[in-house]
Amino acid sequence: MPFEWFVALRYMRDAKAQTSLILAAVSVGVSVIVFLSALINGLQASLVKQTLGSQPHVTLHPPEEQARPLDDGKVAVARTIEKTTQRLKSIDEWPKALATVEDVPGVIAASPTVTGAGFAERGNAKKAVVVRGIDPERFLAVIDVAAKTTLGRFDVSGANVVIGKDLADDLGAGVGDKIRVSTTEGQSDVETITGVFDLGNKPVNQTWVLTSLREAQSLYALPGGATTVEIKVAEVFDADRIADDIRERTGLRADSWMKLNAQLLVGLRSQNSSKYMIQFFVVVAVALGIASVLIVSVVQKSKEIGILRAFGTPARRVLAVFLIQGGLLGLMGSFAGCALGALFSIGFERLATNPDGSPTFPVDLNLRLFAGATLLAVGIGLVAAVLPARRASRLDPAEAIRHV
Amino acid sequence: MSERVLDVQKVSKDYGEHVVTHALRDVSVALDAGEFAALIGPSGSGKSTLLNLIGLLDRPTSGRVVLAGCDTSALDERALTTLRGKTLGFIFQAHMLLPAFTALENVMMPAWAHQGVPDAGVRARAAAMLDDVGLEALKHRRVTDLSGGQQQRVAIARALAHRPALVLADEPTGNLDTQTSDGVFELLRRLNRELGTSFLIVTHDPRIAARCDRVIDLVDGRVRSDQRRAATPVSPPP
Repeated sequence: MPFEWFVALRYMRDAKAQTSLILAAVSVGVSVIVFLSALINGLQASLVKQTLGSQPHVTLHPPEEQARPLDDGKVAVARTIEKTTQRLKSIDEWPKALATVEDVPGVIAASPTVTGAGFAERGNAKKAVVVRGIDPERFLAVIDVAAKTTLGRFDVSGANVVIGKDLADDLGAGVGDKIRVSTTEGQSDVETITGVFDLGNKPVNQTWVLTSLREAQSLYALPGGATTVEIKVAEVFDADRIADDIRERTGLRADSWMKLNAQLLVGLRSQNSSKYMIQFFVVVAVALGIASVLIVSVVQKSKEIGILRAFGTPARRVLAVFLIQGGLLGLMGSFAGCALGALFSIGFERLATNPDGSPTFPVDLNLRLFAGATLLAVGIGLVAAVLPARRASRLDPAEAIRHV
Repeated sequence: MSERVLDVQKVSKDYGEHVVTHALRDVSVALDAGEFAALIGPSGSGKSTLLNLIGLLDRPTSGRVVLAGCDTSALDERALTTLRGKTLGFIFQAHMLLPAFTALENVMMPAWAHQGVPDAGVRARAAAMLDDVGLEALKHRRVTDLSGGQQQRVAIARALAHRPALVLADEPTGNLDTQTSDGVFELLRRLNRELGTSFLIVTHDPRIAARCDRVIDLVDGRVRSDQRRAATPVSPPP
């Protein structure tokens, strides 16, 4: 075994009390980092998942209509230009836009829809709704409503609709019942409810009426048209970048979920900063712990180090002996800390559960977190050992031996 | 003429900046291969200072220390460490073994520290050296579990395992009772005879000094006398 490793290991084994103390400190520190990260990452992932459960990552709209001054080059006809109203209109050549979007890297699914406002009536009940005409196969790849259909089945063919749970309650309607859907454009049709979904989002559950693309096209008098293209991307936090990319390629309006949920993102970011802050102080505390134990060890062993130096041990080997101890303390502490942190996290997850049995605080434990914590701990150990190790390597052997 | 192991040429050593203490003044001492010399003198006469200079643990204020033909005044710290590891062996008053290690590991330590990863020869030589000092059965014991005399034998084995040209011994029997002390001294003499290693032994004990081939007497930082006994230096084995 190389000299440095042999001496470092023996010193650690020999000073059992010191080694165990510092290992305990490192483990507790690492476990706090693991637990905190698992909890916050889990919470954030669940928040994002919930938010994105009922909305596409990127939505493509036709460009806004703009009023332009009539100008024949000689005289302005109008002094003021009023903002124009925005009517429901189709994306020009949407199949081409759809094909373009599907070629954008990071996009995993895209679905054309006709989305408009309307009313759903049954008996005396009349509710404002959002009518969404979809191509089921494509749409389910973006938002999986079929999996969330709690009653009946997901079938939007012909004059069939699938509606939200709260809308069904408001209308007093169930699977197999008929409702009248009328649009703001004045068209109306009678539809049959084939399924009721619950996307875990009340406004959506209260308003969405899903029907076929063709049915919606006829209700809104947009034959062959699509008012939006809804997109799912591989990495949800890439949505902004991909939206920019799509905007550039198609010239259409592309809104990412991040833009539409700016508040949520601010929340996530501040949560992250507090996480980093806590981790920083834990790291500092652990580093100081390792450094102080190693400094004490160097002082205790200064005579021995002097002897080692006297019989020809190069200073760099003495330096390595203490750096190895720091790194090993970090490594071993991080193993125990990861285990402890995982245990805390799982315990915490089991402790608080929702009525349906799912955890209130879902935790996100993954290999990357453990690897990161381990690397961090080894790094801390090495950095913390630099000062004691330098001190040891610079000990004057004559001075160290004199004080027998 | 025998090979010269050590040549201390007009060495002086001063300590302090404002109040200067002259620990050594113009000391010249030469040692041939295989010599067995005692360095005596009252406390404060500069024995330890001279030993530190010869041991390359300190540098002289003026003069030169030539060790195994190598002028050390021109060497940097790293080269000094290497030279120290190769040509010198140290035996201290308090054995100064490393308590966390076994007898064998302690003896292997100088060569180990020098090589990084020890080759098979290092372990074999260390084991043979421990056999030689009569600690065959105890080589895997922690040094803290050995008696004072046994610990000093381990220290001797450590000083000699890498076959240095010169062994510096600082009061090697200072902490031992008379009987053990005699045993340790006899061991040093035997190793000197068998291995041809030169010894420079700092001692307070007139009995020890009287049994050395040569006695260098240091007083107030100067050599007062340097006498060889009738039995001239042992020639190194061919």
